[in-house]
Amino acid sequence: MEKMEKGFIYGENTSYNEQHVLHELKHYLPSQTPLKDFIHHNSLHAFQNQKFYDALFNASTIFGYQVTLELKDFRKLYQIGRINTNVLDRIIIDKKGVEELATWKNNLLNKSYNESKNARVGSLRTNWKTHYNIDLDTKVQPLLFRILTSYFDQGISLWNFPIDKKGFLPSIKALEKNSFSSIFKNKRAKELLYSERLQIKGLLKIIVGDERYFEQYLFDQQFSHRGWSGMVATIEAQPKTLLDERNISLQELIILELLLEIDALDSRLGAKWKPLSEITKVEPVNLFKPYENTELNEVFKLWQDAFEWSYYDEVLSGISYDKKKPTSTKTQTSFQALFCIDERECSLRRHIEHIDSNCETLGTPGFFGVEFFFQPQDGKFYDKLCPAPVTPNYLIKEYDVQEKRKHELLYTNNTHKLIPGLISSFTLGIWSGIQLLLTVFRPKMSPAISNAFAHMHKSSKLTIENKHVDDKENGLQIGYTIEEMTNRVEGQLRGIGLTKNFAPLIYSIAHGSSSANNPHHGAHDCGACSGRPGSVNARVFSFMANHPKVRTVLNERGITIPNETQFIGGLHDTAADEIEYYDEEILNVENKKLHQLNKLAFEKALDLNAKERTRRFASIDTKQSLTKTREAIKDRSVTLFEPRPELGHGTNTLCIVGQRELTKGLFLDRRAFLNSYDYKTDPEGKLLIGIMKPLGPVCGGINLEYYFSRVDNHKLGAGTKLPHNVMGLIGVANSCDGDLRPGLPVQMIEVHDPVRLLIIVEHFPGIVLNTIQSTPEMYEWFINEWVHLIAIDPETNKFHYFKNGTFEEYIPIEKKINKISDFTSFIESTKKMDSNYIVDATQENLPIYSLEIKQ
Amino acid sequence: MANILQFFIWIPFIGFVLSLLFNKRNEIGISGVAIAATFSNLLLTIIFSVLWLINSSPILNIKHVVLFQTEDIEIFIDYFFDKTSLVFLLVGNFISFIVIIFSKYYLHREEGFKRFFNVTLLFIFSYNIVILAGNFETLFIGWEILGICSFLLIAFYRDRYLPVKNSLKVISIYRLGDVCLILAMWMSHHLWHENITFIQLNDYNLVQAHLVEHNWYGFFIALMILIAASAKSAQLPFSTWLPRAMEGPTTSSAIFYGSLSVHLGVFILIRTYPYWESILTIKSIIIGIGLLTAIIATGIARVQSSVKTQIAYSSIAQIGLIFIEIALGFHFLALLHFAGNAFLRTYQLLVSPSVLSYLIHDMFFSFIPKKTKETSPFITKLKNTFYLLSLKEWNLDRFHYNVFWNPIKWIGRHLNILSNKAAVIILSIVFAIGLYSFYFQENVPQSILELLPFIYSFGGLLLIIKAFAERGDAMWAWFFVIGGQMYIALSIALLNENFGHNHILLYLSGSLVSVLIGYMSLKRIKAIDNNIQLNQFHGYIYEHPKTAFIFLLACLGFVGLPFTPTFIGIDILFSHIHKHEELLIISTSLSLALIEISILRIYARVFLGPHKKAYHATAYRSS
Repeated sequence: MEKMEKGFIYGENTSYNEQHVLHELKHYLPSQTPLKDFIHHNSLHAFQNQKFYDALFNASTIFGYQVTLELKDFRKLYQIGRINTNVLDRIIIDKKGVEELATWKNNLLNKSYNESKNARVGSLRTNWKTHYNIDLDTKVQPLLFRILTSYFDQGISLWNFPIDKKGFLPSIKALEKNSFSSIFKNKRAKELLYSERLQIKGLLKIIVGDERYFEQYLFDQQFSHRGWSGMVATIEAQPKTLLDERNISLQELIILELLLEIDALDSRLGAKWKPLSEITKVEPVNLFKPYENTELNEVFKLWQDAFEWSYYDEVLSGISYDKKKPTSTKTQTSFQALFCIDERECSLRRHIEHIDSNCETLGTPGFFGVEFFFQPQDGKFYDKLCPAPVTPNYLIKEYDVQEKRKHELLYTNNTHKLIPGLISSFTLGIWSGIQLLLTVFRPKMSPAISNAFAHMHKSSKLTIENKHVDDKENGLQIGYTIEEMTNRVEGQLRGIGLTKNFAPLIYSIAHGSSSANNPHHGAHDCGACSGRPGSVNARVFSFMANHPKVRTVLNERGITIPNETQFIGGLHDTAADEIEYYDEEILNVENKKLHQLNKLAFEKALDLNAKERTRRFASIDTKQSLTKTREAIKDRSVTLFEPRPELGHGTNTLCIVGQRELTKGLFLDRRAFLNSYDYKTDPEGKLLIGIMKPLGPVCGGINLEYYFSRVDNHKLGAGTKLPHNVMGLIGVANSCDGDLRPGLPVQMIEVHDPVRLLIIVEHFPGIVLNTIQSTPEMYEWFINEWVHLIAIDPETNKFHYFKNGTFEEYIPIEKKINKISDFTSFIESTKKMDSNYIVDATQENLPIYSLEIKQ
Repeated sequence: MANILQFFIWIPFIGFVLSLLFNKRNEIGISGVAIAATFSNLLLTIIFSVLWLINSSPILNIKHVVLFQTEDIEIFIDYFFDKTSLVFLLVGNFISFIVIIFSKYYLHREEGFKRFFNVTLLFIFSYNIVILAGNFETLFIGWEILGICSFLLIAFYRDRYLPVKNSLKVISIYRLGDVCLILAMWMSHHLWHENITFIQLNDYNLVQAHLVEHNWYGFFIALMILIAASAKSAQLPFSTWLPRAMEGPTTSSAIFYGSLSVHLGVFILIRTYPYWESILTIKSIIIGIGLLTAIIATGIARVQSSVKTQIAYSSIAQIGLIFIEIALGFHFLALLHFAGNAFLRTYQLLVSPSVLSYLIHDMFFSFIPKKTKETSPFITKLKNTFYLLSLKEWNLDRFHYNVFWNPIKWIGRHLNILSNKAAVIILSIVFAIGLYSFYFQENVPQSILELLPFIYSFGGLLLIIKAFAERGDAMWAWFFVIGGQMYIALSIALLNENFGHNHILLYLSGSLVSVLIGYMSLKRIKAIDNNIQLNQFHGYIYEHPKTAFIFLLACLGFVGLPFTPTFIGIDILFSHIHKHEELLIISTSLSLALIEISILRIYARVFLGPHKKAYHATAYRSS
């Protein structure tokens, strides 16, 4: 007590400040929301204020994460040539100087190091086991997790947790008070629950004793189940992320856990146990003391840089090569198509451009600049359809849906009741026998499969135009006014540099993904639409751009869209490789004809896209006919036994902001986010700020989540999907007593090479520098090296690499460039990975090729 | 026709052997063999069933192989086929085929792809043995292999803590059931004076005659079978193992715990029905267990908010009802109920990952906020009590620990004096004395000679308990298990004047090879790391998968994996214990139960779990 009264200085472990510790805990815990909303983010977001490598080694020292590949993996990557010798030498010389090259190269290639890690977190609490031989985790966690799941449960259980509106602990208290049974085995814990001064601190006094250990103890405790703690902290911060909301705080979780611990110790040891601080001989540890740098860390840095630059260098030399190629001149643009910047659309764009060389494709975040909540017909809730950080003020409602929502009989939880279960065994039981056969031999779409096209019905109508500004629902304005529509269309068109030369038809193709038996399906949908299909956005944007009044105002603002130009929305299912178009009936006669032709072109492009994708799917023969390929791809998206309906963002590495001409002649193997931007229309870089601002959190976030799930799939990823057990409809765990598993499952990351994102921007370095420095949040991504940045000077075509706050010129080492002359034989000649071990897996990822295909 | 029965066993066995030959990366080869084996088995099943039904469904029985024979003992493999076998064969082979195809894609690129198919084929093999068994010995062989397969599939993700821990938990409960089955076999041997076949049980008059004469024995046998069946089918008080067995890939959970393995309790009850149909007490107990399980498991299923656990408990509840149906004699209904429940739960488990999107979607359109109904305080209190009890699974887990494991561990912990060299020397001398007494019985006073078997049996039990509770060096635990087994063998030898030398040799010869191999494997690990204490998991399989595999084989050989000499040895061993020697049978059977658990525990602690050297990514303990 005395110590506390003297006051405290945080960081010297002199004392304990509860608010501070709670804040720190929430900061470091994973922040993944319940799985229905899958938002990719940097798994080490808590360390983002540090330089990338410092963050890695600090995180590893504190939490024991594996943060890079293993040394032996890097060495093998070097042996197979995936890490380029010249690049490696250049990096060593850059970082260590030319005279140190031999020494460091020997360190990297031959020297043996002790790679073992000892996490700081967890070291204090193990004393229970070493001293009293009691395994607190096993005693406390199963019941604690079960209580939490039951409290959060959104619809699995038939008999729900009796919830008290006042919150988690009040519910527990009410349950305890009104029951003959108890969650505790002994009196003391139960009495403590009702004591007026039920606080973390008081309980810690009992269990830990000395205040100097409190923070460390809480970190040990909460990080022994970071999945659940993270979920509680996330729901505390965003209760609306649950449809059926719950009131809970991390503080309440800790209190209950401490009570359960006291109870477990009491039952096992009676009155004989002493607080932890009295049995440990070790002084409290400052968890956040910066790591001590080692030679091994330097080795890892050099390897990682070399691994990254071996690929980047290839990309840059590809771009410079492509720039020198003569560009074909278009007679007239047949149509324009806006796609999401998503890497999965990169190949579809390449194919459609190849099939119709007069078309033009553009990339923009897949919500097409229109942010709103969407309410499907009969929906009881709203879906947010825009990037996660944005909170829209608009509501779009769906109406006039003709189809009835279908149900899946076998999912009824009546089968879990006794007598209905008995009846089900004789009825549904036989039916499920038949279903088992059909599932395996004739997979087809069913209500149990998340269907991208069911997000919004093609036949439905939407409330896009606002009738009156007072037409509101729950504080949201229903639809947009003309002014609001115009602003959005204008912003969108200017952003991608599409302000003239409009084709007769302009498509806005959103994307979504259908998959079966996949709790992580949200991670495959559009990231710019908060992990949902973007069909409504595409439709809304087209409606706005077609609106005559909007056109008039746009005209006044200097964007003249010809009357015969029409916009049309669509949705690309990236798993099934199908496109659905919306509001086709509005097209004029001329455009209808063109649309029919374009649709054929899109179909052909989808054929090729499907074929290209099959090169990574072991169960599909890449050489079979296109019709069969399409069928196989379609089946894959509705097959219950397929844990990889598609590969999501796996392999993402590049983000290119500039004109399509920059990469049009290159085969980027679906690894690049492509954002259209024309520096000429934005000489001062005003629009560039808006474009680059989300790149860090969205593309960088995706990239880093894949990175960390790849390098440590156990601790930062979700492990393999196969044993996953859905908990309370909010997350997955292994086993019935396991912790929640945030992060990405192994099936999603196995194709991914853990390299950071390289952002390439086509503009003058000075402008780009000003842009990234415009906000500190944006600048942090670049200055701390969480993503790499290169500016291409549009006049000199030289590359400028951003390093330590300035741009310096980068000259690619490799001059050789591979060429593709025949796409079909090229795809058919590629090899599928032997195993998902990084050294095998990375060989499936292709280098940069120049497309030299004859038309 | 009866000759065809063996093919249902050979086909998966050949499949299993062939599947071992492929490189672990050869997914097409491995799954191809598995699909071919399960498909031909299914096809054969269908053809056979049709022919059998056309032939007016005769009951088939065939004595297949005699494994061991002396004047008074005959151990043989026997096959039997009736309507019950038909239903179990059809359902089993249908589900196996579907799940194997499903798994081919589902497990693509999984680390243990080959292991999965190996073990699943072995499982199908053992399942078919059980349902075609014509006597207890044959059934027991299948039963035992099935237990080992369960252990291996639950611990499929062997680099994580929970799967390994739970696999030990499940094998412990299984082992309890196994021992009950051994006891039933032992008593039945003494009741019939031969190894009775199931076809003989159908002879109502024969059974009644024996039972009237030996009422208590009949009751004992039936009770043992009931415990074995309840353990296997996760009835009360064993239920908690079932959800914890769902650690492997969803497909293995579906085939094992959703459908086939968990219904074997049902099978054995129907199979032995003629035995206990006239014992009213047993019938009442079965109905009682079934009813209580149905009610309590339904309650637990209702409060579950994790999908697989919910399916597990609903399945347990239905099996409770099936138990009642069997006891009431509605066997056709029970068989139909089994088939329906097996299909339904298999399907539900296979699609269990879908519930997240389906139910959230459903909720999006049909959510109605819960209204709290006002009830009288007493009713609320009662409801809450049931809620909490169901949430805590009625403290069944704690019950297991308090009743079974903690007392044994407590004894084990108080035997620490055994862990030193002096104690080993004394134990060896004591053993030598026993051996001397066995060979030179004429030199030992009769009164002492009568006492010796009990002393050695009890000594053996203590040694095994010590091994079971050992937290120190793995090597010590290994020695204790070996010592324990030698003591037990000696005690039986001393007991029976007609226990020939070749019997004891047969029993020990199987063990000896295993002992040496096991010792060498452990020594190899110990040379690398001096600390192989059993108070934690070491996860050495990450670095030394081959040593781990060899050690596992040694363990299985040692505990008497069917067909090894030790297995036959155990059977002979038991037939030498007379029915009035209760103390000896208790001590010996307890030892046998604990030997397997202790030895698999050594394997698990040294080789499985998260690898302790953290130079690579390792799993959290809570995962």
